[in-house]
Amino acid sequence: MDVEIRIQPTALDALAETAPVFTGKASVGGVVSFIGLMRDLNQGDEVSSMTLEHYPGMTEKALAAIVDEAAGRWELEAVRLIHRVGEVRPQDPIVLVAVASAHRGEAFRACEFIIDYLKTRAPFWKREQTADGQTRWVEARGSDDEAASAWEKKS
Amino acid sequence: MIRILYFASLRERLGRDGETLQEFPATLDALRAELAARGGAWGEVFADEQRVLAAVNQEMASTGQALKAGDEIGFFPPVTGG
Repeated sequence: MDVEIRIQPTALDALAETAPVFTGKASVGGVVSFIGLMRDLNQGDEVSSMTLEHYPGMTEKALAAIVDEAAGRWELEAVRLIHRVGEVRPQDPIVLVAVASAHRGEAFRACEFIIDYLKTRAPFWKREQTADGQTRWVEARGSDDEAASAWEKKS
Repeated sequence: MIRILYFASLRERLGRDGETLQEFPATLDALRAELAARGGAWGEVFADEQRVLAAVNQEMASTGQALKAGDEIGFFPPVTGG
């Protein structure tokens, strides 16, 4: 399986980064990609920018472990997982999960699994700046924990 | 000696991004208790175990984990990536 994992402080071109998971790989029958974008609204407040921080070293290990686990559950041809750090603005892609497989079912499930696990296991933190100049740390969501733990019961 | 790193809101609340301890307790739980006993912001941050996650040598740690010389311990709030 072809795996590429990156954490980058520069702009993420999600569409251009998706093509390599299938280009030149004739065994791929389907690609599923998830692009997480920054929104301009959170908890009812207008948000003007956000800064993403991570734990260098641990982040790379955590992402590799998540992709390994996905590869153990489903037959995958390629996975590309790219996450932004640093300052992002509304509409900027924050994360790309692109999964290629021979068949769509495996690609759909693996893509959702990877983003669900990333949300609760990879050491990234967001601090947002609201339009009125306040900064605040984004709170973790209980619904993300539920989505991740649901994978422990299904395949 | 162990190395401790603090991330995100913890780093801001504690006013530092890390430290090294020459003397350290035998377990992660004892280390949490020792840091909480410093009082002030330390007491507040480490009082609520649910809100402070820990990693030992860059792997998520569980309660009761033993510590040894040279370990890197990271403390941080619940993650919010993606």
